[in-house]
Amino acid sequence: MRDLLIRGLEGDAHAYRAFLDQLSGHLRSFLMRRLSGIPDEVEDIVQESLLAIHDKRHTYDRSQPMGAWVFAIARYKLVDFFRRREIKDSLCDQVDDERDFFLSTNMDAAEAHRDIMKLLKLLPDRQRIPIVCTKLDGLSVEETVRLTGMTESAIKVGVHRGLKALAKAIRGNHEND
Amino acid sequence: MKTTDLISMLATGIGVEPEISQHRRFGAASVTGIVLASILMLASIHINPEIYSALLSWKFWVKLGFVAAMALVSFNLLSKLSRPGSRINFQLVGLLFPVVAMWLLSALILLKADSPERESLIFGQTWAVCPFLISMLSVPVFISTLWAMREAAPTRLKLTGAVVGLFSGAMGAAVYCFHCPELEAPFISIWYLLGMLIPTAIGALWGEKFLRW
Repeated sequence: MRDLLIRGLEGDAHAYRAFLDQLSGHLRSFLMRRLSGIPDEVEDIVQESLLAIHDKRHTYDRSQPMGAWVFAIARYKLVDFFRRREIKDSLCDQVDDERDFFLSTNMDAAEAHRDIMKLLKLLPDRQRIPIVCTKLDGLSVEETVRLTGMTESAIKVGVHRGLKALAKAIRGNHEND
Repeated sequence: MKTTDLISMLATGIGVEPEISQHRRFGAASVTGIVLASILMLASIHINPEIYSALLSWKFWVKLGFVAAMALVSFNLLSKLSRPGSRINFQLVGLLFPVVAMWLLSALILLKADSPERESLIFGQTWAVCPFLISMLSVPVFISTLWAMREAAPTRLKLTGAVVGLFSGAMGAAVYCFHCPELEAPFISIWYLLGMLIPTAIGALWGEKFLRW
């Protein structure tokens, strides 16, 4: 998995997709064990953690083990969720072992409550259009420049900020629950 | 939305992610901060008119050395805290070394001094303003490093906020060295330290609010 992540950081989209696929299995199994009382929430937090790991992938130090890095982010997102639900004290103490994160995996990808496609519609054009073009339609940045007339840097910034805004929107929805 | 769809969305059109050293990230932030802090110092409280004679005294370099050691250790801790899953116990203990060394030196100086001198060794002329001026000079580095930290991924928010505060306090104190007329180790080990601890406490209080992601 570490190898896939590193190849992903070097721009290999296939390797990166494989990394995220395997990662989502571990995330799901990890979160299901921690959230056995509220299984409905699991897939939302899986997606939130995936977005967080993607957004913060620049903080991975390629000379360090991957497990501790991934686990720290997953635990942070889980604790953050507990904090929002205000049940943190009773459950946080259990989240302490990195090793059992990779012991099992669960690939039954379910549907999350929060529909990212709907959240996407709420974004301003300068963020939504670059995401739709480069992330959903699979266009290259150059093709998007030609299609939209936006500058290359505006497209990159739009994708980056847009994904952040999406992650925030997922969190915001939780808070309204 | 299905998680598999999210994954293909994230993986599509991915670019090369350059390896940015966290040291460089915080280095750039601290340079910006310390330049602003120096301008703030020169404009508001001015440089010590006797700085040239102070530079010749070993005491000045002990003072600057203490402050620089605090800045260095907290800087290393910052770049560790910005990466999820880093081990930091060793660095946390490292924070104590400059403090303990300075306290030992101060204790030695106080023991050797005659009792009427001790009060001036501890309080100097400026003890009442020193911690607050250091806190004031820490503000630019505090803001710039907090900003840099928001781009990173701290998972221990209170601790990270505190270390951002401590680092900015040490940098503020380094700038303050060029204004402050006090040179005695007992003064430094109390009031300079307090000046660094004020932003540390503020950072710990604000950490969760400003650093959540």
